[in-house]
Amino acid sequence: MGQSRLSGPTDLERFGADAQAAEKQYRARVLVCMTGCRSKGAAELAAAFREQIAAAGLASEVAVVDVGCHGQCALAPVVVVEPADFLYGGVKPEDVEEIIQTTLVGGKPIERLCQKVDGQPSTVFSDAPFYAGQARDVLAQCGRVDPQRIEDAVARGTYAAAAKALTEMTAEKVIEEVREAGLRGRGGAGFPTGVKWGLCRDTDGGDKYLICNADEGDPGAFMDRALLEGVPHQVIEGMIIAAFAIGAAKGFIYVRAEYPIAVEHMTLALNQARQCGLLGSDILGSGFDFDIELREGAGAFVCGEESALIASLEGHRGMPRPRPPFPVQSGYMGKPTTINNVETLANVPGIIAAGAGAYAAVGTDGSKGTKVFALAGKVRNTGLVEVPMGATLQEIVFDVGGGIGGDREFKAVQMGGPSGGCVPGEFLDLPLDYDSVKDIGAIMGSGGLVVMDERTCMVDVARFFLEFTQSESCGKCVPCRVGTRHMLDMLQRICDGEGQAEDLDELDSLAAEIKAGALCGLGQTAPNPVLTTLRYFRAEYDAHVTDHKCPAGVCKKLTTFVVETETCKACGRCVKVCPSGAITGGAKKVPAEIDQNKCITCGICRETCPFDAVATA
Amino acid sequence: MADITFTINDTSVATEAGTTILAAALANGIDIPHLCNDPRLTPTGACRLCLVEIDGQAGLHTACTRLAEPGMIVQTESEAVVRSRKTTLELLLSEHNICCTTCDADGDCLLQDYAYRYQACEERFASLETASEPADTYTVGHKGIIYDPSKCVRCQRCVKVCGEVEMAEALTLKGRALDVQVSTAFDLPLNDTTCEICGLCVSACPTGALWEREAVGQGRAKDLTKVRTTCTYCGVGCQLDLNVNPATNRIVRITSEPGCLPNDGNLCVKGRFGFHFVHSPERLTVPLIRENGEFREASWDEALTLAGKRLAELGEQHGPDGLAFLSSCRCSNEENFLMQKIARTAGKTNNVDQCATTCHAPTVAGLASAFGSGAMTNSIGEVKDVDTFFIIGSNPTDAHPIIGMEMKKAIRRGAKVVVCDPRKTWMARHADVHIQHIPGTDNYLINAMMNHLIEQGLHDQAFVDERCENFDEFRENLKGYHPDEAARTCGVSADDIRTAAEMYATGSPSSIFYTLGITEHTCGTENVQNLANLAMLTGHIGKASSGVNPLRGQNNVQGGCDMGAIHTVFPGYQKVADPAVREKFGSAWGVEIPTNVGGRVTDFVEKAGEGVLKGFYVLGEDPVLSEPNQAKVIESLKKLEFMVVQEIFMSETAKLADVVLPATCFAEKEGTFTNSERRVQLIRKALDPPGQARPDWQIICDVSAAMGYPMEYASASDVFDEMASLTPSYGGMSFERNCDVGLQWPCPTPEHPGTMFLHQGRFTRGKGLMHVIKFRPPAEVPDDDYPFVLSTGRTLYNYNIGNMTRKSGPISQKQNANFVEMHADDVAKLGLTDGGKARVSTRRGSLVVDVHAADKVRPGALWMPFHFVEAATNRLTNDAFDNITRTAEYKCCAAKVEQA
Repeated sequence: MGQSRLSGPTDLERFGADAQAAEKQYRARVLVCMTGCRSKGAAELAAAFREQIAAAGLASEVAVVDVGCHGQCALAPVVVVEPADFLYGGVKPEDVEEIIQTTLVGGKPIERLCQKVDGQPSTVFSDAPFYAGQARDVLAQCGRVDPQRIEDAVARGTYAAAAKALTEMTAEKVIEEVREAGLRGRGGAGFPTGVKWGLCRDTDGGDKYLICNADEGDPGAFMDRALLEGVPHQVIEGMIIAAFAIGAAKGFIYVRAEYPIAVEHMTLALNQARQCGLLGSDILGSGFDFDIELREGAGAFVCGEESALIASLEGHRGMPRPRPPFPVQSGYMGKPTTINNVETLANVPGIIAAGAGAYAAVGTDGSKGTKVFALAGKVRNTGLVEVPMGATLQEIVFDVGGGIGGDREFKAVQMGGPSGGCVPGEFLDLPLDYDSVKDIGAIMGSGGLVVMDERTCMVDVARFFLEFTQSESCGKCVPCRVGTRHMLDMLQRICDGEGQAEDLDELDSLAAEIKAGALCGLGQTAPNPVLTTLRYFRAEYDAHVTDHKCPAGVCKKLTTFVVETETCKACGRCVKVCPSGAITGGAKKVPAEIDQNKCITCGICRETCPFDAVATA
Repeated sequence: MADITFTINDTSVATEAGTTILAAALANGIDIPHLCNDPRLTPTGACRLCLVEIDGQAGLHTACTRLAEPGMIVQTESEAVVRSRKTTLELLLSEHNICCTTCDADGDCLLQDYAYRYQACEERFASLETASEPADTYTVGHKGIIYDPSKCVRCQRCVKVCGEVEMAEALTLKGRALDVQVSTAFDLPLNDTTCEICGLCVSACPTGALWEREAVGQGRAKDLTKVRTTCTYCGVGCQLDLNVNPATNRIVRITSEPGCLPNDGNLCVKGRFGFHFVHSPERLTVPLIRENGEFREASWDEALTLAGKRLAELGEQHGPDGLAFLSSCRCSNEENFLMQKIARTAGKTNNVDQCATTCHAPTVAGLASAFGSGAMTNSIGEVKDVDTFFIIGSNPTDAHPIIGMEMKKAIRRGAKVVVCDPRKTWMARHADVHIQHIPGTDNYLINAMMNHLIEQGLHDQAFVDERCENFDEFRENLKGYHPDEAARTCGVSADDIRTAAEMYATGSPSSIFYTLGITEHTCGTENVQNLANLAMLTGHIGKASSGVNPLRGQNNVQGGCDMGAIHTVFPGYQKVADPAVREKFGSAWGVEIPTNVGGRVTDFVEKAGEGVLKGFYVLGEDPVLSEPNQAKVIESLKKLEFMVVQEIFMSETAKLADVVLPATCFAEKEGTFTNSERRVQLIRKALDPPGQARPDWQIICDVSAAMGYPMEYASASDVFDEMASLTPSYGGMSFERNCDVGLQWPCPTPEHPGTMFLHQGRFTRGKGLMHVIKFRPPAEVPDDDYPFVLSTGRTLYNYNIGNMTRKSGPISQKQNANFVEMHADDVAKLGLTDGGKARVSTRRGSLVVDVHAADKVRPGALWMPFHFVEAATNRLTNDAFDNITRTAEYKCCAAKVEQA
C-alpha cells in the first residue's frame, strides 16, 4: 500500500471520499466473516466466492470482502450480501453457486440459508431478532469493513473523530466531553474514563503512557477480540484521542498471544496508520506526536489486571502490586499511565463524533452508552450482542438470544466471567448496569454472559470457575494463593459427596476473608461465584452436603440416573450411546433399564433421550 | 519533607511525608506483623499480614504500601484486622512444612513468631501437599545456600533483595498458585547464574526456607549467640554478627542487621561466607622454631625468648638499618600502634611499614600533598546521594561490594555514572559513559578532561581562586593535552572524554572514586594528585557526597597508616622528621626516638637481598605472595639472618621464618579497625583461640619485653587509650565511645562527634595544591616479544593471597583456580579456547592458567587475579615502583600468551 502521509483533516476527507468512490464501483458486496468463522471454513468459502464470481464474469461489479465478526457466531460461517443485507448462516462452498445465481444475479434471498424464527425465515440482517433487539453502535462497522484495509475504515468515517479532537479541540475539552458522556471503563470495574484521563493529565511526572488492555482473559468473553480483529482502526482512533487527552506520546497495545488474528490485523493496521501519518509525529498536521507499540502477552490471566499488565510490559513477571499508587500516578516505568480496555477505547470516537449529549442519551442514569456482551452457554443465539446499558437479562437472553435450547428451564447466568457472579432467574427483569449488577453480587466484568439451564449444578459451576481462578493465581498474596485452594478443595469435597454442613459456613467466611484480604482484583473477586451461588442456590448446596444428592445430576458421585419406564418409548438410543454398556432393554417395547453397578453417571443417556425419560433419582 | 501527624491505635505519631504507615508504626514501637516488607526494598504488599483499618476508608489496607497522611486514623489490631491476619497465618501454616523441632531457623522465624502471637491454628485448614524438596531446586549441590520450598512463604524478599539491592537479578519466582516457588532463570544451578553468593537472599528470608547450607544442623537460631563485630576483609568495615554456637565454640553463620552503619545489613560473599578459615585445621596452634632446617614445636617462653634475643642482638650489631618491622593492615589499630612502637623503642629503628605500600601508599602521599590528609574525603553513607560518579581504576562491585551496593542505590535513584576502566566491570556496563582506556594512560585522560573543562569554561574558577594554589602553572601544563590527542594515546573516543568531563563537572554533587587502578603504577602518586586536581578544578570537594574517595582494600589499611606504621610518621601522621614530635613520643615511651630514615616493605625486601637488612619481624603479612617478582622476593628473604613471622597460617613467608608465632584472628580478640571512611569500629572476641594461639597485641608486647623493652597493657582498650592520648585526630575516641557506631576521625576531643567529610571550607593543609602532572608511560610497555599488557586485581570471591577465602566451601566451589581474562578476538587469534589453558609469561616468570574469553578486557590486554598460591600471579609482575611511595606497578607489565 503506497498511501502517503495525510497532511490534515481535508486530506483525510479526500482520502475517505476516494475510498467511497472506489467502493461504489461495485453494485453488490459479499461480506464473509474472516475472523471467528475461519474455524468453520470461512477461508475456503471466500475463495469459492471469488473464484466463482470471477468465472461468472461478475468480478467488476461484485466485491467479496473479508470482514470481521457479525456477532451471530451460532450461525458460522456467516455471509452478508449487500446491498439488500441478506444474512446467510452455515454457508458451504457448494452453496456459492446458488447464492450467485439467486441472490447476486436474481436479487432474491435463499430461504434455506436464512435463520428461521418460529419457522419463518428471517432474511434481512436488521430484521433478525438477534439484531433487532440490539443497539450496535460500537460494533456498527464490525462485519462491514475489511479490517485489513484502512481505506474501508476511512470511507466509513474512522479517524474523523480523531481529526476533530486533534485539530478542533483542546485536550481538556476532549476529557470534558468524555466525562460528560458518562463513559465508564468496559474492562469491568466501570471507572469513569474521563475522570481517569483527567487524573493522568494532571499528574506531573514527565512522560505519560497510554496502554490499551487487550489481554482479554475471561473464558467466554470475546468482544475485545472481535473489535481488534474486525475494526482495528476504530481502536487505534480511540487510542489517538485518549493519548491526545492525557498527553501521551507513546502507547502500547498489550494483546494476548492467543489471538493471532487480532495480532495480525492490528499489526497491519498500525503500519497502515503510520504510513498515513495517523500515527507518528505531527499527526494530521496537528503537531501532536503519538505512536503505538503492540506487545503480546504470554498467557497469564492475571496480566489483564492493570498493575500486573504494567509489570509484564516492563519486562517483569506479571504480578500485580497494591494500589495506590494508581497507574495514573505511577504506572509504566513509574510514569503516569492510563490503561483503558479495548471496548472503552472503541467507544471514544463515537463520543467525539456525535458529542457527549448524543452518547449519554443511551443508557441508565449511572451507566451510559451500550455494552457488548458475549452470550454463551445454553442459549440458542450464542455470539456477541450489543445492547443499551439498562437492557434486562430477559431481553438479552430471550429476545436477542432466542431463549434456552431444548425447552429447558432458565436457571441462571454467570455474569462477568470467573470473577463475576451467578445471577438467578429472579433478576431477569433487572435493568443491567454497573451498579445494579454489583448490588446483586455479580460484576459487569468484561461482559461475559454464560447462560445456564436446569441441568446445571450450581456447586459444580462454582467449583469450575474457582478451579480456573485458582490455577491462574499468580501466587503473590496468601489469601488468593492458598485461600482459593482451600475453597476449591472444599467445593471438590462437596461435589464428591464428602462435604459437611460446616463446610458451607467455612466457605462463606473464608470467601469473605479472601475478598477482604487479597491483593488484586483476581483474588478479591475469585470467591464471587461461590458467594453468589451460596446466596441464591443455598438449597442446592444443602442437598449436596445433607442429602448427598446433586439435584441437577451433574456431580457424578451424587447422581443416580434412572429411566422412567412410563415415559420411555424404548427407542434404544440410550442403549447405543452408553459408553459402559450399563443400559439394557430399550427395544421391542421393553423400557430401557440402567444397571447402577455399571453406570458411570456420565449423563450421555439423559442428553440423548428425546423424551426426557432419563431422570435423576 | 514536611512532618505529618496521624494516629495509630489512639497514639499520635509524627513522621515525614512519604513514609509508609508500617515504617512510621515500627519507628514508634508499634509492631505491625509483616513477612514481605524489608526496609531496603520497594514495598511488595504480598503477605497481607500488615493489613490495617483506616477510618473512613472501606476495607483493609496494606500498611507497607499506604503512605501516612495527615490526620489519618489507623487501627492495627482491630477485630477485623486480627481476624484477617489470623486467617492469613492459618493459610500460610497449611502450606508450610511445620517442622520447627528440626528447623535451623527455630527462634529466628517470623512465621513462628506471628503464629504464636495470633494463636494461629494449624488445624483450621487441611495441610496442603508441600512443595518440592530442596533436592529439586536451584540450590541443589550449592555449598553456600539451600532453599527448601516447603518452608517458603513466597514473600519475594529474596528475589527482590537480589534484584533491587545486589542488582544481580539471579532469582525469580516461577509457577503459579501453590506451585509458585523461588528459582533462577531456566532453573539453572545457582552458580551458573549471575548470583554473587552475597547471601542477601538468606538474610532476607523471614523463615528457614533459605539457609546457609553448611550451617544446617550446626545449631538452631535460638541456640546461637550473636557477637557484633567488624568484617575482616576489605576496607568497607561492614558490621556483622558472628552467630556462635557456645556449645561448640564455632561460628555457625554470619548475619547483619539492616540499618547498621556502614553496610545497612548488607554483606558480600566474603563477609558472609568467608569465615571458614577461623576453624581451619591448618590454623597455627603452637609456636614453632626452625631447627636444622625443620620446624619443631616450642613453648611460648622459648619462642619468645629466642625471637626477642635474636632481634635485639641483630639490632645491636647492625644498627637501625639492620632490623625491620612489617606491621599488618589485617590486624587491629592497637597492634599496628604497638608494631610501630616496638620498632621505635625496642627495635630502635624507623624501619616499620605495612601493606599500604602494596596498595594505597600513593593515596596517602598524593592526597596529603594536595589536601593535607590522605584519606577518603567522604563517608560511605554519602555515596547513595551522589548525583554523578566519576569512577576510575576501581571495580567497586567486586572489590568493595558494599560500597558498590550504596552506588547501586544511587543508580536506582537515577544517578549518572562515568567509569574509566580498561575492563568492562559491572559498573562500566551500567555506566552512562565507559571510557575503556589503555592501562597506564590515566594521567593523559585526566589532563585531557581538565583541558576540555577549562577550554569550555566549565571549571569552578571561584573555588580555584579561593581555595587552591598553583593554578596558573597547572593550567599551562594542560595545554599539551587536547582530547583529540588523548583519544589516540588512551585508545578511546575524544567525544567520550568530553562527555565524561562535562558530566562530572556539571553534576551536583559529583564525586570521584578510585582504587588500585590509579595507585599501582610507577606514576601512582601523580595519578592521585591529578584526581585531586580534577576535584579542585571543578570545586567538587569539601561537600556532602562530593570529594575524592579512595576505596581502601583491607579491613584496617586506613588504620595501619593512621597508627604510624610508616617509616616517616607516628600515629596521626605526625612527622618523625619533626624534633618536637620525636620529643613528644620519646618522652611518652621513655626512649630516644631513632632518626634513621627507614624504608618501606619493598625496600626491606631489596635491603634483605643486598644483605643490609638482617632481622625481620613480620606480623600477618605474606610478602612472598604479595610483592611483585616473586622469585626475587624469595631469594632476598632467604638472605635474612633471622625472621620472626606472627601468623594464623603457615604462610609462604612463614615457611622461610626462624620463629613462627601462632596468632589470633579477628573473631578471637578485642580491638578496633579503621575503615575506608575513617570510621573506627570495634572487633569483639567471639571465640576462644585455637590451641595456644594468643592475641597479636599480647605477643608484640611479649616480644618487646624479650627484646628488653617491656610493654604492659591490661587490654586492647588500654593500648587504644595510650594511642589516643598521643594522636590528636583520634584524641576524642575510646572503646567505650566507639562501641555502638564507630566515630570518624578527626575526632580530637571526647565531645567531638567525629567528621563525616573532610575539607569543608578549608583544606587540611590550608590551600589545596594543584600539581603539575605530566603523562609518563608505564615502566614496561608491550613490544614484539611481549605484546600484551597485563594487569592484576581482586575478584569478588577471593581476597588477596586467598589463604582465608579459599578455605570457604561456597567460595572455593565458585572460584578456585587462577585464570587470565582475554578478549575473545585475541583468544581466537592465538588458537586458544575459552575455558582451556594458556601459558602467560613475562620477563620474570611464567604460569599456566585457565583462559576466560570475553569482551571484559580490550584486545591486547590481559587481566589476572592474585589469589592463588599454586599459580601466583606475582611471579609475573614487574618490580618497578612508584617514584614517591615505592608501590609496585601491578597494573601494567608486558606479557605474552601461548598455548600451554
